[in-house]
Amino acid sequence: MLSLGLIIMASLFFGGIILRTKSLASGRKGPGVFQPLKDVIRLLKKGAVYSRTTSFIFQVAPTVYFGSIVMAVLLIPFGESNSLLSFKGDFILFAYVLAIGKFFMIISSLDTGSAFEGMGASREALYSLLVEPAFFLILGSFALLTGHTSFHEIFASLHLSSAFSYALATLATFVFVLIAMIENSRLPIDDPKTHLELTMIHEVMILDNSGYDLGLILYATNLKFAMYGALVTNFFIAGMSLPVAILLFIVIQVAFAATAGLIESFLARFRMNHNAQFIFSLSSISLVIFFGVLLILGKFS
Amino acid sequence: METVVIKNNQNIPLASIPVSDYEKFLLVNTSFVKESSFHCVSYYGVAVPEKLRLICCMADDDHGTIHVSSSLVDRQATLPSFTAHHLSFEKFEREIHENFGIAYPDHPWLKPVRFPFNRANHQSTIAHYPFFNSASEELHEVGVGPIHAGVIEPGHFRFICNGEQIMHMEIQLGFQHRGIESLFLEKKKLLQRATLAETIAGDTAVGHTTAFVNLWESLCNYTPDEDLQFARTLALELERIAMHTADLSALCTDVAYQLGSAVYGRLRTPIINYMQIWCGNRLSKGLIRPGKLNFPFTRDLGDQLSRLLDVYEKDFNEVSDNTFRLPSVLSRFEKTGVVTHGQITEIGAVGMAARMSNVRRDVRATHPHDLYAKLEHVPILKHHGDVYSRAQIRREEINQSIGYIRSLLRDIPGESKNRKPLGLPKANAFCISLTEGWRGEICHCAITDEHGEFVHYKIKDPSHHNWLALGLSVRNNEISDFPVCNKSFNLSYCGHDL
Repeated sequence: MLSLGLIIMASLFFGGIILRTKSLASGRKGPGVFQPLKDVIRLLKKGAVYSRTTSFIFQVAPTVYFGSIVMAVLLIPFGESNSLLSFKGDFILFAYVLAIGKFFMIISSLDTGSAFEGMGASREALYSLLVEPAFFLILGSFALLTGHTSFHEIFASLHLSSAFSYALATLATFVFVLIAMIENSRLPIDDPKTHLELTMIHEVMILDNSGYDLGLILYATNLKFAMYGALVTNFFIAGMSLPVAILLFIVIQVAFAATAGLIESFLARFRMNHNAQFIFSLSSISLVIFFGVLLILGKFS
Repeated sequence: METVVIKNNQNIPLASIPVSDYEKFLLVNTSFVKESSFHCVSYYGVAVPEKLRLICCMADDDHGTIHVSSSLVDRQATLPSFTAHHLSFEKFEREIHENFGIAYPDHPWLKPVRFPFNRANHQSTIAHYPFFNSASEELHEVGVGPIHAGVIEPGHFRFICNGEQIMHMEIQLGFQHRGIESLFLEKKKLLQRATLAETIAGDTAVGHTTAFVNLWESLCNYTPDEDLQFARTLALELERIAMHTADLSALCTDVAYQLGSAVYGRLRTPIINYMQIWCGNRLSKGLIRPGKLNFPFTRDLGDQLSRLLDVYEKDFNEVSDNTFRLPSVLSRFEKTGVVTHGQITEIGAVGMAARMSNVRRDVRATHPHDLYAKLEHVPILKHHGDVYSRAQIRREEINQSIGYIRSLLRDIPGESKNRKPLGLPKANAFCISLTEGWRGEICHCAITDEHGEFVHYKIKDPSHHNWLALGLSVRNNEISDFPVCNKSFNLSYCGHDL
């Protein structure tokens, strides 16, 4: 319950902090931290417009997508305090419930029959596919290290075995921050600000969505960011007292948002054909974590 | 002799342009382009009673001359094309075909250009443009436009792609056609015409207006005072700085480099604001007028400008050093959208699009007008023909223009006290005017009747040739690199569509 509350709280200002960082970095004042949230509220009050070429898939997809992310958020614990849903192997459900949401977004963009959206869908599918090994290698390694298979148990016992595991958690943080950037279609993979359909990935898939549906999708992005931030926090807070853990959670979320903003200010995005290579390199970093775990467990002796 | 040799901004009696039969006309002009110093600046048809007169102007860059020749052909004739000999005539002949219905059986790409109101074949409409297509199962087509995502100008791009890779891109234009050339004949007042020239391409107001006023003054046998020439040269260079800066900003935006996008975007503002101070319009409209200068350039304005440039230059060099050294930007610019030297000479590209592939085409150096002869301009050339070359050209041309402006400001001519009145244009004359706008070579040609009235006016914007260069540049690139290629050329839609 605690993690759900914290994640929702973080999601309210996450997008705003990114936007504010980018504005300040380019010498502008920028909108208030809650501006993205106000935009979402404005959109939620509106009705949606549906193209006549689309079917019911297009209408249900944003809700399924949003629902899938809420479902995934429910699986995330906060240190000692358990998540609402927890069972053995729940991180596998976490990965695939997100995949269901993404699957619906992909078929809904194909549903519009637009050449642009088809292109975006194929890119999104490819990048999600390439991210998956990194995610499972990391959580699989931690499962091996701790001997548990649910988020709560893994995180609760992560640092009991060795101080070396903090190093692994740091590496995992690096990978998860980049996974979050990829999953949320931010730089250096995608540019959420661009108006050029041909270069878009996620943005082009939601070109036809409007009003309430668009509001759900935009808020889902913030929720997803906050969710990954919570996962990262979980790598470190095992055994901490609750106030310290909550403070750390806030610090990590703000730092995460500011980092995203800074990356987007001072870096150009990758050329599309370098993306696959870049994303796949995350899997090799995850392999390092895997070998680190094997070392700790003495499997090499 | 099949041609008459003239200088830039020189008027000649129309009768002095030799008329040869078409075979000879074709032979002479196509053998010119075999030499690299020649390129076609304008080739068009003029309706004369019962016949069509084709006029071809070939510029000789080595000698600073223009060879003008002509031929009389039947209307609706079927002719062998120039294009079969050299591709650079491609669009000119499409235009002649579209306007007058001349058939060119050996033309490889005889498609509509801009769907003018007075086209020969009214069956051909913009909704039925004959796109090149492929029946392959593996390839897919992507259509972009005509409504631009950034709401700039309308144009349609049709891609044939293999996954993310572009195999072919076809550009369909003509959505902006306003009939500017015939408006030049309809509007009889000089002020109306000067205003029209400003609207040929809104981002090249100074370039096109300078071409028009130089042409008009030449037709009137009027030699502009030095302060007029000074203002035109200065305005051309300021326009170049402003547009190049805006383009660099847009290039950074397209690769999502926010710092470059924001800083270059900000740097354009003081330059165009300065134009507002000088002439009351940020796009320099109203500044260039034939035979007069409504906004004299004072010493005070000169001081303001040199102070402004000092501040501009410092920030510009700082952000350029950052941008052109950033690996993530370089990886997007380098080897993207390459057009080779061979392709450029083949299609006859002009301006920056030529200079990026080491083709020395710059009217300021080869056919100098206004004060450019005094500045002894040396064109900046790059060799790779990629987006990076086009970005570098912009950066270096800005620095070069700042240098020119500084040297111009050292010697500001006072306002001429007894300006000669502008006379009437010569009767039965032909005149050609070449101007190097920021985008490249602008060519205006005019023919007058026995009363000195325009009977024909022909405009050629650099975009006319260069759109094809864009089409070639994106081949085998990724479709997601198209926007940055497009921006690196930054061609004009309305300049093409007229």
